[in-house]
Amino acid sequence: MNIEWYVVLSSLLFAVGAMGILLRRSPIVILLCLELMLNAGNLALVAFSKMVGNQQGQVFALVVMVVAACEVVVGLGLIVAIFRRRLPLNVDSLRELRG
Amino acid sequence: MSATTWAWLVLLFPLLGSVLIGVGFKVIPARAAGILGTASIGLAFACGVAMLLNLLGQEPDARHHASSLWDYASVAGLDVKLGVYVDQLSTFMVLVVTGVSTLIHLYSFGYMRSDEGYHRFFSYLNFFVFSMLLLVLAGNFVLLIVGWAFVGFASYALISFWYRRTTATRAGMKAFVINVVGDIGLVLAAFLIFRELGSFDYGAVFAKAPEVFSTNEWTITAICLLLLVGAFAKSAQLPLHTWLPDAMEGPTPVSSLIHAATMVTAGVYLIARTHVLFVLAPTAADIAAFTGLATLLVAATIALVMTDLKRAIAYSTMSQIGYMVVGVSIGAYGAGMFHLMTHAFFKALLFMAAGSIIAAMGNEQNIDRMSGFARAMRFTSITMLCGGLALAAFPLTSGFFSKDEILAYAGARGGMYPIFTVLGYVGAFLTAIYTFRLIFRVLPGEPCPEARELIETGHPHHAHPFNPASGEQEDTDVGFPGAEHHIAEQSLPMRIAMAVLAFGALFGGLVQVPGVDNVIANFLDPVFADSPLAAIHPSTSWSWIGLGIGAIVSLAGIGVAHRLYVARPDIPARLQERFAAVHTFLFDKWYFDEAIDFLVVRPALAIGRFANRVFERVVVDGLAIGTEDVVGGGGRLVRIVQSGFVRGYALLLLVGFAGLALYFLLSSS
Repeated sequence: MNIEWYVVLSSLLFAVGAMGILLRRSPIVILLCLELMLNAGNLALVAFSKMVGNQQGQVFALVVMVVAACEVVVGLGLIVAIFRRRLPLNVDSLRELRG
Repeated sequence: MSATTWAWLVLLFPLLGSVLIGVGFKVIPARAAGILGTASIGLAFACGVAMLLNLLGQEPDARHHASSLWDYASVAGLDVKLGVYVDQLSTFMVLVVTGVSTLIHLYSFGYMRSDEGYHRFFSYLNFFVFSMLLLVLAGNFVLLIVGWAFVGFASYALISFWYRRTTATRAGMKAFVINVVGDIGLVLAAFLIFRELGSFDYGAVFAKAPEVFSTNEWTITAICLLLLVGAFAKSAQLPLHTWLPDAMEGPTPVSSLIHAATMVTAGVYLIARTHVLFVLAPTAADIAAFTGLATLLVAATIALVMTDLKRAIAYSTMSQIGYMVVGVSIGAYGAGMFHLMTHAFFKALLFMAAGSIIAAMGNEQNIDRMSGFARAMRFTSITMLCGGLALAAFPLTSGFFSKDEILAYAGARGGMYPIFTVLGYVGAFLTAIYTFRLIFRVLPGEPCPEARELIETGHPHHAHPFNPASGEQEDTDVGFPGAEHHIAEQSLPMRIAMAVLAFGALFGGLVQVPGVDNVIANFLDPVFADSPLAAIHPSTSWSWIGLGIGAIVSLAGIGVAHRLYVARPDIPARLQERFAAVHTFLFDKWYFDEAIDFLVVRPALAIGRFANRVFERVVVDGLAIGTEDVVGGGGRLVRIVQSGFVRGYALLLLVGFAGLALYFLLSSS
């Protein structure tokens, strides 16, 4: 199989994730889209690894998964905290950091 | 024990008294505070006497000792020690200061008894004596300045003693500010001395000065003129004298102690102490002498018309200090110091008598309302008469010998100096008139209502709580004068103090009678031996001729006063009417306050206002506000981005990364 297909699929996935982050308002969906973007990156890494013929890219993919897991833990923790305080689960209305 | 050990003890007791009373005012009963304060000064006097005996046991030329406890500052060629210098001059000053102060403390013990601030008063008074002793015992210019500044502060604290009385606090500030002008002069003089001679130590400075400076070189003249600024401010000489009459707002014992007997003589002491420098700068010495002469005449004319009892005596103090300044400036060192001593006796006494009378008047100080106290207060009247006779230089009293000795010396020095003799006698004539004007107005005649009340009820007039200077209504609480003060007739401590001083005022002059004895000048001589001027001595016959003229002048003055104020009391009023302009000029004190206001205060205020309007508003505010605007504007720009809108941040991030990626893609191909 040709490498282009993998790269195109990865780009599509990344673009879908990015659009999801920009357009959706629910923090859970945003978190999922973030995962999507990370996995798009993983797919590209593994594909390039296969093409070049060594294992470095696959190791990178593993590291990215660990980072993604950590990020999900933090993100879900935040969401639970927001939910407990009965705040709206809507990133547009959480604007306390406005300068 | 050595003389210097006694000197340290002299310093220790007043300091200890001040600190003990000041710290322990809650536990120490009022009477005990008074006893403690008086005893500490008494002990200092005893140590002073021991110091004198110790010195007398040595050869006259070996009677100077320096001692230091520790180094104040020892760095880069600067070597300042906490050291005292004991010689005949400082011993003499210590004895005068502690001796008179002991009596004044004794007087205050009775006089201030009903005042709410009794502890505070004695603590301040002891601190004042400590500062003054530090000033006269200091062994170098740095310690001298320390004592000098302490004295200024003590004077401020005591003038503003009734700190809720606005006139008193204003007078205190005025005294402090003018004294600081003098301090600046003294500090600059010390700087110059250090620059030229490399030392602050009296011994080193006076030994080196004749080698380094030639006569009338500009540096030594500048040093002496700066020293004179300090001396004039402390000693209330023209034109820095305006604080002294205002300082009469303080309690009367303070006027007696600070503004008559001790503090104001600090300038005289300074000139005598630095006489080595003044010998090298005859121009500066002449300026000092002429200023003293001008002060003695100006102050005497003002004293002729003052209606406030204490202020009139204050102007007389200025005038007498003028004599002393003339004396120590033209070279009559021994005579000047002698006059300092006799003046301390009779002027302290006059103030005490005035305090007693003011107490009987219920704090009223205007002599127009006083009369007939000779019958109401016999003791006070007799002591006031003793003081008055000495001040007017009545034959054989103390002032008679001391004043004439200065004038005889001026005559003997020749050159232009006999002018001091002539004008000095004019001053003496005025002195006799104004002194006996006060006495004739206050003592004889029909008793005024307050005096009659005292005769009939045996109790002094009850004070109305009001300020005699401004007429304002006042409390009798803390910070105001107490309910009433005590009169000498009813207080034994006051009587003792006044009796001792009266004895000194009458007979203090007998220690130095021309041709008979010369105790004080002989004792002080070795200090001034290095001055060529000290070798001049008026001959005994000339001295007696001078004394004869002095006696005639004094008696003539008293006679004129008698004619004006007893025999023909209508004449002063007519004179006042005929020469209204002169009277107003004198009554407004030669417009010195107004002149200082016009020449110094208003230009300074104008500069201040200009600086406020131009510099402060334009430059300072421009810088400050400009900086604030720049930072604030930048902040406002950045705030636009910080929307708090998470998806907006994400978009920016994405666009940024996309831009970066595009850039690398384009640049790599």
